[in-house]
Amino acid sequence: MKILNFLKLLQPYKILIYILVIMIFIFTIAPFGWLIISSISPKIELLSTPPHWIPHSPTLKSYKAIFFGGPTTIRAARYFKNALINSVIIAGSVTVLCLVIGSMASYSFVRLKFRGRKPLLLMILTTQMIPAVAIVIPLYIVMMNLHLLDTHLGLFIAYSSFILPLIIWIMMGYFQTIPIDIEDAARIDGCSRIGALVRVVLPLIAPGLAAAGVFAFIIAWNEFFLALILTSISAKTLPVLISEFSTKYGADYVMMSTGGVLASLPPVVLALIFQKFIIKGLTGGAVKG
Amino acid sequence: MLSGKIIQKTKKFLSSPTGVAYLLILPCLIVIFGIIIWPVLYSLYISFHKMYMVHPGEFPFVGLKNYIKVFRNPVFWAALGRTFYFTGVSVGVSIILGLGIALVLNQEFRGRAFMRGLIILPWALSSVVNGMMWKWIYNGSYGALNGLLLQLGWIDSYKIWLADPKVAMNLVVMAEIWKETPVGVIFILASLQTIPNPLYEAAKVDGANAWSRFKHITLPLLKPIILLLIVIKSIWAIRDSFDVVYMITRGGPGDSTQVVTYYAYLATFKFLRFGYGAALAYLITLIILIFAVIYVRLLYRREM
Repeated sequence: MKILNFLKLLQPYKILIYILVIMIFIFTIAPFGWLIISSISPKIELLSTPPHWIPHSPTLKSYKAIFFGGPTTIRAARYFKNALINSVIIAGSVTVLCLVIGSMASYSFVRLKFRGRKPLLLMILTTQMIPAVAIVIPLYIVMMNLHLLDTHLGLFIAYSSFILPLIIWIMMGYFQTIPIDIEDAARIDGCSRIGALVRVVLPLIAPGLAAAGVFAFIIAWNEFFLALILTSISAKTLPVLISEFSTKYGADYVMMSTGGVLASLPPVVLALIFQKFIIKGLTGGAVKG
Repeated sequence: MLSGKIIQKTKKFLSSPTGVAYLLILPCLIVIFGIIIWPVLYSLYISFHKMYMVHPGEFPFVGLKNYIKVFRNPVFWAALGRTFYFTGVSVGVSIILGLGIALVLNQEFRGRAFMRGLIILPWALSSVVNGMMWKWIYNGSYGALNGLLLQLGWIDSYKIWLADPKVAMNLVVMAEIWKETPVGVIFILASLQTIPNPLYEAAKVDGANAWSRFKHITLPLLKPIILLLIVIKSIWAIRDSFDVVYMITRGGPGDSTQVVTYYAYLATFKFLRFGYGAALAYLITLIILIFAVIYVRLLYRREM
């Protein structure tokens, strides 16, 4: 009897779960989905009341225009390409450099017992919390004096301030999973400490490097506040350009949506492909087990 | 001879654990001192000076005058209040929503792996695209929100939502909630998976229903992670409030969505009052550091 009752209960419960899942699906996808639809809709359909939720004649015209320029959008197109290149250069270079020096540091923190280890670690952990607003005024003044405003190098330097602590934090979690015996074995076989690090440990933490790298790249790619203040024309990144789209190019909602979709493509694709890495990066030290 | 000795000594130090450690950490320390710690201290120094960039040559010491000016300014207190409203509501709602979604995604259903992957989407969008997207949805003349509500028959004609001060603030908060919910889901899901199943089985045998299982097993075990989420998300919300406000309302209508980060930005980079701005920035940092200390404490307590 009890089993029968349970089975009866199971069905409505299952249906409820599926209804909830569908609601979660819509909640997650609808806003961004609307941005994508806006980017492929002809203007007339988008601006009708109410808008056509599914465009009758979708078009990729705006995508073509943003890359190759149309009769009215040559300048927008040039700015977009420029900003895209800037974003790739800055997010890419800051990720690579911080990966190198960050993983060196996190290796020491995990493996080596040395004087000042704990206070240093605590300091780095705290620096991760310091908001950009706390450092932006001095950075601005110094970069103005060194003529680093609106340069790749300037933004690259500023970005290391939050990417580096992030990478140290993630990489420490990975180094902790490598058994120390492997390294000891390599050293007995005649490797130096650095040699063991490069030849034995490095291949083992490759997934960690990938995780930290993807995570850092997305964060750097999406950063806005520092880029807004430290760049003006030539080193402008995509987020800054997007923020100008809505005001500078009047009410071209299709073009604006197209820019938004394209700027989101790299982080969204990376996040969906490497979701396990991202989850590791996000939960880092916070969730154990 | 002497230089040979020094080289030998250096070599010995560099092969000792401390030597190797500092060699490996050195580049990192240079970065952290150069672009975090030094600017933070320099910020403090500037905040004790009058630095009005319209007259860049003058840099007189004014002591605590900038801070006193901040504290006497009702605009600051209003902005601070809005920041707490923005932070409190967005963190609270996104955690409750995240808990609900995580509990659903923890059940057995078809396409579970797919949904768990998809949930990360809002997080991956930049705050700028997120803000732009919601501003477009809220648009008074062509927005999707107006279209949807009209079709549902909830409104008779399109409304300019962002022109209403109270509505504007809540719409800004809503945009932040949408983007910030996935982080909560991911943390809570990860934590849910560490709860051993036999615990639930035993409770079932004892006749506990779903609600009491949730209340007596799930919730207490999730408490540490929820506590952690509240703290870390508050830090993020205070920090990120600038982006979303900048994108959707620029502090308007009037001052009604001007949060303290946006106020500091205006004071510094629009009105060029760097000294006053530095004082503001310092106060924001202090608030965040209070949360940060709690966060580190929570983490450390769990590590022990």
